[in-house]
Amino acid sequence: MTGRKSRPRGGKQREDRLVPVLVSVLSIVVVFGIIGWAVGSAEQWPRIRSQFFDPAAIMDAFPGVWRGFLTNMRIWVICLVATALLALVLAVGRTFEGPWFTPIRLFVTVYIDLLRGIPALLLVLLFGFGIPALQLPGVSTDGVVWGTVAIVLSYSAYVAEVYRSGIDSVHDGQRLAAKALGLTQWQALIHTVLPQALRNVFPALLNLTIALQKDVALLSVIGVRDAVREAQIYTARTFNYSSLIAAAILFMLATVPLSRLADHLSRKDRERRLQGGK
Amino acid sequence: MDRITISGLTKSYGDKRVLDGIDLVVRPHEVVSLIGASGSGKSTLLRCINGLTDFEAGSVTLDGVDIFDESFGRTGLYKRIGIVFQAYNLFPHMSVLDNVTLAPIKAHKVRRAEAEARGQELLERFGLGGFARTYPEKLSGGQQQRVAIVRCLATRPDVLLLDEVTASLDPELIGEVLGIIRELRTEGMTMVIVTHEMSFARDISDRVLFLDQGRIVEEGPPGQIFGAPHEERTRRFLDRIIASGRLGG
Ligand SMILES: Nc1ncnc2c1ncn2[C@@H]1O[C@H](COP(=O)(O)OP(=O)(O)O)[C@@H](O)[C@H]1O
Ligand SMILES: [Mg+2]
Repeated sequence: MTGRKSRPRGGKQREDRLVPVLVSVLSIVVVFGIIGWAVGSAEQWPRIRSQFFDPAAIMDAFPGVWRGFLTNMRIWVICLVATALLALVLAVGRTFEGPWFTPIRLFVTVYIDLLRGIPALLLVLLFGFGIPALQLPGVSTDGVVWGTVAIVLSYSAYVAEVYRSGIDSVHDGQRLAAKALGLTQWQALIHTVLPQALRNVFPALLNLTIALQKDVALLSVIGVRDAVREAQIYTARTFNYSSLIAAAILFMLATVPLSRLADHLSRKDRERRLQGGK
Repeated sequence: MDRITISGLTKSYGDKRVLDGIDLVVRPHEVVSLIGASGSGKSTLLRCINGLTDFEAGSVTLDGVDIFDESFGRTGLYKRIGIVFQAYNLFPHMSVLDNVTLAPIKAHKVRRAEAEARGQELLERFGLGGFARTYPEKLSGGQQQRVAIVRCLATRPDVLLLDEVTASLDPELIGEVLGIIRELRTEGMTMVIVTHEMSFARDISDRVLFLDQGRIVEEGPPGQIFGAPHEERTRRFLDRIIASGRLGG
């Protein structure tokens, strides 16, 4: 905490900071170098390389995989917004006190137990294949729609629990102070409890956001042509797995910046508050 | 007319009777101090006065009107009777000025510009003008508690309830908070103060009440309570306080 507040200025201090950085970079290079060397010098390496890391195959598969990946991103954004909102409603519903709200609290509890208990993959299959198969009048028969709904339902149970832990982490005195100042329960929630709750669980939320980005790929099992599906199609055609590596690289390129962004935002927020927003 | 009239106030948590038939009158501009051991019901009594806690028997009136009367609406009572807590309870995600203006803007429908002008003015008056854009965690405990008092004053209350507002402060920071309370007294603010600062209570109070196990054991001017208490229990309590060195000067 103090180390972050006082920026090193003198040369001696800079040196102090540089040494650990150099040591860590060096150790990373050594460790990964050894792993790379071990794999590369293995007898099977040429076969592994042509099966998984064939640059020509990666280039060849890339357009299809990229198209699929854009589908992933679109569905991800939709899931993200829908999950964030649904989970918020669930978490807030659970905080209402008094006998009138017992049914709501009970519903939310059962909902969360149920949806966290079922594998997301199973839900995707159930919704994505099952509901369209019913041929209900006026109900979409599009597997993508129902698969997306399944993911939103499943994730909202997790996100609601994260929200709730955030709400619980806000000290009771905050609600009491808000009430004593004349704010209604609702205003206290919106202006004092939720902002602090969300800030407290921000890293956890970002974690789930990243997990969600990858779990959209579950929709490939119901035939949605996302990046994974496209990669599989290529593999089935050519018996080469490099297309899967291409998809993996795309997913990684998308998630790593997100993780860095999470770190950056948390740090900025801390600094802002410590400096008193001058 | 009396500002606050409490009669027969009784409150239990479960089987435990925390307040047992409290009768108390507070007149306008009067400063009343509540003293008593920890757990004797002082905080609970304050919270009953502004309706933060409900109670099973008795009544509390403000200017002759029952505090649960519909004429107060949902938030009107809180605007009239402010409370400051031992733990400050500032909103850590808001700047000092936003802490001060939140209730006037959201709960009492004052226009933002007006609320901010008044908030700034109040902060300046209590030596906090430079901290308007600062966040609470950057302030000392004494400054935070002063902000909490200003936040409470921003709703222009007629009565101020202070619940051990110096109890979590380092000794050298207590003075600045007590200074504000003295100033409010000279301005004629009606106050009910719970405190362990006995010499402060003696100086500032018109009347002191000694509470024990949910009852008012003794009540009188500070000279009587601290100089020549009538009740044995009051005397024993004060002896313990003196032994702990909190009734100096
Ligand atoms: N929310 C609560 N639930 C149950 N018991 C409580 C609650 N608040 C206070 N009490 C009990 O009521 C009694 C009086 O508490 P309090 O009014 O805080 O005393 P004081 O402020 O004089 O220390 C204590 O025994 C305390 O344990
Ligand atoms: Mg107390």
